[in-house]
Amino acid sequence: MARVIVDVMPKPEILDPQGKAVTGALRRLGFEGLTVRQGKRFEVEVDGELTEDRLEQVRQAAEKLLANTVIESFDVRVEQ
Amino acid sequence: MIRVGVVTFPGSLDDQDAARAVRLVGFEPVPLWHASDSLDAVDAVILPGGFSYGDYLRCGAIARFSPVMTSVIDAAGKGMPVLGICNGFQVLCESHLLPGALIRNDCRTFVCRDQRLRVENTETAWTSRFTPGQEIVIVFKNGEGSFMADDDTLAMLEGEGRVVFRYLEVNPNGSRNDIAGITNARGNVVGLMPHPEHNVDALTGPSLDGLPFFAGLADWLARV
Repeated sequence: MARVIVDVMPKPEILDPQGKAVTGALRRLGFEGLTVRQGKRFEVEVDGELTEDRLEQVRQAAEKLLANTVIESFDVRVEQ
Repeated sequence: MIRVGVVTFPGSLDDQDAARAVRLVGFEPVPLWHASDSLDAVDAVILPGGFSYGDYLRCGAIARFSPVMTSVIDAAGKGMPVLGICNGFQVLCESHLLPGALIRNDCRTFVCRDQRLRVENTETAWTSRFTPGQEIVIVFKNGEGSFMADDDTLAMLEGEGRVVFRYLEVNPNGSRNDIAGITNARGNVVGLMPHPEHNVDALTGPSLDGLPFFAGLADWLARV
């Protein structure tokens, strides 16, 4: 079974309050100079052979549901 | 009698309050269920506040694909009045019935306060009983209510007078242009983060400024 990874990130121009909170916590813990933006990772198990058509379906799923492209960008890749 | 549907999703919290507000202005509230695509021939629909589907994935993202929303999107396209309150606003944005998106508050906390607003557009299905520029106080309570849209969308909303409500005194969540609520081009679909359904009874709300939202529906329905 093939596994496809969909990474979803807030667009650079969109404020990321969670990432800001994590960045602040890291600084308080003594980790200097680390700036975090927080996104989501989806692991999609695809039944059957992973054809280009199936991969395109995952891209459509990401576009339709997994990401809100008004505020987020996404990246689809096959896990080796 | 005017019949107003109130949708209940799993995780809706304010559906009963919305139904009560509808009843208080003399209309009949009609409960609608997320898993049915029937709108029961209602004249208008309210998408209430709460945490539909646990806010999983993104607020409103799962609710947007529920059977009832297919019918709501269709009816809204034909001109039926729809009011999205808080989580309902998030569902409307996820449905692309309204532009933009709501993200986590910039202060990173849930904010609960009596919020002063300015009514900027009184030509919508839900604001005809206000006067342009009227200042009102409406209960505000949310964690992810920061309105975001790109510059072009924002310019379009401002240019077309589609910002319906703006936060006054403080911007509680970092919303762009202090936007608290917007409408679609036709004016039948309105979404806002504050909760007018909690401002319909002096016993439990800081004002009665919520009543005109619901009462104004009669004017709109009489016109069309």
